[in-house]
Amino acid sequence: MSGAGSDRYEMVVGLEVHVQLKTRSKAFCPCSAAYGAPPNENTCPVCLALPGSLPVLNAEAVRLAVRAAHALCCTVNERSIFARKNYFYPDLPKGYQISQYDQPLAVHGHLEIGRNADGTPITVGITRLHMEEDAGKSVHDRYAGATAIDLNRAGVPLIEIVSEPDMRSSREASAYLKVLKQLLEYIDVSDVNMEEGSLRVDANVSARLRGETRLGTKTEVKNMNSFSAVERALEAEFARQVAVLERGGTVEQQTMLWDGARGEVRPARSKEGSHDYRYFPEPDLPPLELSLDYIERVKRELPELPRARQERFAREYAIPPGDVEVLTASPALADYFESVARQAGDAKAAANWVMGEVLAALNASKQSIAHFSVRPADLAKLIGMVRDGAVSHSAAKRIFGDMVATGDPPDKIAERAGLLQVRDDDELARWVDEVLAENPAEAARFRSGEKKLLGVLVGQVMKKSKGRADPRRVNQLLSERVGG
Amino acid sequence: MAVTRDDVLHVAALARLALDEARVPALVQELNGILSHMDVLRKVDTEGVMGTAGVGDAAAPLRPDAVAQIPLRRPRADLAPAWRDGFFLVPRLATHDAAGGEEDDA
Amino acid sequence: MTGTASRTAVEAVRAAFHRMTEVRAGRDGLNCVLWSDEELALQGAATVDNSGVTGPLAGVPYVAKDNIATLGLPTTCASRILEGYVSPYEATVVTRLREAGAVLVAKTNCDEFAMGSSNENSAYGPARNPHDPTRVPGGSSGGSAAAVAAGITRIALGSETGGSVRQPAAYCGVVGVKPTYGRVSRYGLVAFASSLDQVGAFGATVDDAAAVMEVIAGCDPRDSTTSDREVPRYRESARESLEGLVIGRPREYFPDSLEPRLARLCDRALEAMRARGATVREISLPHTDLAIPVYYIIAPAEASSNLARFDGVRYGLRVEGDGLRGMYEATRSRGFGPEVTRRILLGTYVLSAGYYDAYYRKAQEVRTLIARDFHETFEDGVHVIFTPTAPTPAFPLGAKTDPYEMYLNDIFTATANLAGVPAMSVPIGRIDGLPVGGQLIARHFDERTMFRAAYALERELGAEAHR
Repeated sequence: MSGAGSDRYEMVVGLEVHVQLKTRSKAFCPCSAAYGAPPNENTCPVCLALPGSLPVLNAEAVRLAVRAAHALCCTVNERSIFARKNYFYPDLPKGYQISQYDQPLAVHGHLEIGRNADGTPITVGITRLHMEEDAGKSVHDRYAGATAIDLNRAGVPLIEIVSEPDMRSSREASAYLKVLKQLLEYIDVSDVNMEEGSLRVDANVSARLRGETRLGTKTEVKNMNSFSAVERALEAEFARQVAVLERGGTVEQQTMLWDGARGEVRPARSKEGSHDYRYFPEPDLPPLELSLDYIERVKRELPELPRARQERFAREYAIPPGDVEVLTASPALADYFESVARQAGDAKAAANWVMGEVLAALNASKQSIAHFSVRPADLAKLIGMVRDGAVSHSAAKRIFGDMVATGDPPDKIAERAGLLQVRDDDELARWVDEVLAENPAEAARFRSGEKKLLGVLVGQVMKKSKGRADPRRVNQLLSERVGG
Repeated sequence: MAVTRDDVLHVAALARLALDEARVPALVQELNGILSHMDVLRKVDTEGVMGTAGVGDAAAPLRPDAVAQIPLRRPRADLAPAWRDGFFLVPRLATHDAAGGEEDDA
Repeated sequence: MTGTASRTAVEAVRAAFHRMTEVRAGRDGLNCVLWSDEELALQGAATVDNSGVTGPLAGVPYVAKDNIATLGLPTTCASRILEGYVSPYEATVVTRLREAGAVLVAKTNCDEFAMGSSNENSAYGPARNPHDPTRVPGGSSGGSAAAVAAGITRIALGSETGGSVRQPAAYCGVVGVKPTYGRVSRYGLVAFASSLDQVGAFGATVDDAAAVMEVIAGCDPRDSTTSDREVPRYRESARESLEGLVIGRPREYFPDSLEPRLARLCDRALEAMRARGATVREISLPHTDLAIPVYYIIAPAEASSNLARFDGVRYGLRVEGDGLRGMYEATRSRGFGPEVTRRILLGTYVLSAGYYDAYYRKAQEVRTLIARDFHETFEDGVHVIFTPTAPTPAFPLGAKTDPYEMYLNDIFTATANLAGVPAMSVPIGRIDGLPVGGQLIARHFDERTMFRAAYALERELGAEAHR
């Protein structure tokens, strides 16, 4: 971005996010919606668009869409209409996508994406949330001269979440996506995995002089496959638009594609007027009618949402804000922490363990918290053992390492590895006496008041005990010997 | 609201129909002929009338989210004009020599 | 049904094939049959004979229009684009008929993708009217109507979008029924205009058609637009009088320009129903003249979208061209005939940016007015509406060249599709030896009352219906 000129402009961003819903079967046919089957295995007359086949709507897709709409504080329409979006593409079997157009499932929501310095919330408006079906996959690089079509994904249910153009920087756009992803994860409607394509983002970007209230001409930016790609693409497109405006030119309304490898945006090669989708109401599906009862019930079934959980963690467990953010990043992690904290009866220790050892272990082993080998009850038990002095803190870390590797409970590991602290005074006293006898010079200096030698002697006892001696008790015993 | 030659060509492009050049003038005339009969609709007062959306008397029925395989009595490979390793094959899109967008040039 | 009970299914199927040969049902003759396989049909018949299935359709052969998906025989919609296509699944109506013991013997000719009123738009050449082979059998379900008229089978399946069962039934002198929208499953019926399409039934008699309807009607979990209302026993109305029944005679369907001999046959039919106890009331359906403009916006619009799936990617014809786009265009241009092409262009136009409101939206609003006409009439105490089915008897092949003139054939029938109400055509006499039909229209899901009137009309007219 070229210095002074661009500072006079501000970026205006609205995002369109497509989210695959986590259903067992597809949106309009009973084929499996699972990812990873052999090509075209999960297809039937309906999703192959065989002549004469008809769509039938999946109840679970509706429930998950309504759930997402509530989480985004939308108004859910009691009546919404499916529409056909017509365009030709080989991975779109019917030649139209079943979507919703002028009467979507839900409208007028909002999402808080952070706080200003003065504590006021930064909120992004949600224009609409509608249901639609996914297209199949086109594989372009597998065969020379041919594109291969796999329709396993065709018909998988999606929601499209369209935001207001309320974001003013790529950072805000990124924050919106992170908060949205977290929210969708919390309400368990999607895997929200951008790499696997279960969450996809298109952006509408425009530039205008600061202080201007009207919107500039926007372009649509596509083909961004990670949050960082979104940030970089927005910056690149903004810089391009500013350069055009600075030259006195006008921004052309068009679709831009992000080229991550080159770090640039370029216009999609689409023909003039080819985006005439000819929407009309889908005659194969009557209107979707939802009773107020149903809409309210789905709302009542919403789990605790991220913000509420963050506030509660801060309040209930007295955890500082930065830590709360780490612990509530995903619902599974927050559940894990909470389970450990409750069972251990020590939120502070639980927080330290989860943010430290647990996250490090997850990172190193690439495990997900949901399938983590260390169960909350076992970690809680370990915390208890440390508190009770059954194991030393350093021994506890070794035990934890073994728990990650084997999934065994901590007491079993501690016993097996001989890491349980010895608190039997007879045994400890014998070690202490041996050490004093073996190190007569140091013992004498210690007795004559050279207190700093206490550490050395404790270390010797620990060494003799192979780390199993309870250092606090050893301390006491040594001090008694001096006094005695 | 006369249909022009350009309209016909535009609409044919949207519908992926290649028209025989010799047929175009006749099609322009035919479509204009047909549409001229539609003009009576403009004079009908439909103020406050809801368009028909769904002729049936019921709302969309909902299907339980259960996986089932609707049997295909002939293999997909038999139906497909071009098939390889479980994929339907189509001529490669020009725009997809590099990363491409949704429906350019399809 | 009559005359079938004593025969085995195998005998009945043999007789149907014998009759096909006798009347020259194939390309060189009536051209009403596109695909048939005697071996396959006989196997099906043997299964029925061994199954112990009973009921009015047990062992009864039937033919189905070529836009209804069947497993054993091709389903081409009389289009080049589906040449050789055999569906890997079957239509719900076909399953239901098989379970009732009926045996499919042939797929019948029709206008390509059911777009036409004469059967002349078939990629396999026109079917011919058994009453006069120089004339059309009507369309689009012309082959099915001709097959029943020629005595190949007593029953047949067709499909309706704007009159495609009733009009050919009238032209061929048989009974044709278009059920209420949502009464019969469309699963496996290749879509033309989804909000108008219904599978319909042909019968040599009212009872034949009623027997088919009893079997195919009812909710189908695979068609979201079917109704779960109970299916009445239509055939129970066969012996009921018309006492208390009010029949509406809409003046818009009897213009001064109506062929006088047709008007007289209609009067005779109304008189016949009066003789059975009905009262006749003059009524008005004021938006009738708007039906054709509305229909020829909505139907092509939906068709343009429904026919997008024929793209040479997954099944059917593929013609290679320059790249993907070239393949699409070559396939679709080669695969679709002129009328289908015309309607796709028209439909795409009325949905395209800048024209949607003026055409498609407006048409859907006027459609509401047309439906309201019917609703108000039935609310006013009219039980059944009676009209001529078509303005003329069957016309000669090649007689109508202007597309809109052809569209006007649907003038009396398209209204019922737009309103979604049930309607049927029954023979009411002949003009110059050519059959004409009278149309009975009832309120939504009241096929039973419609059949009641049809049974009475048929019985009262007796042999006069075919004279």
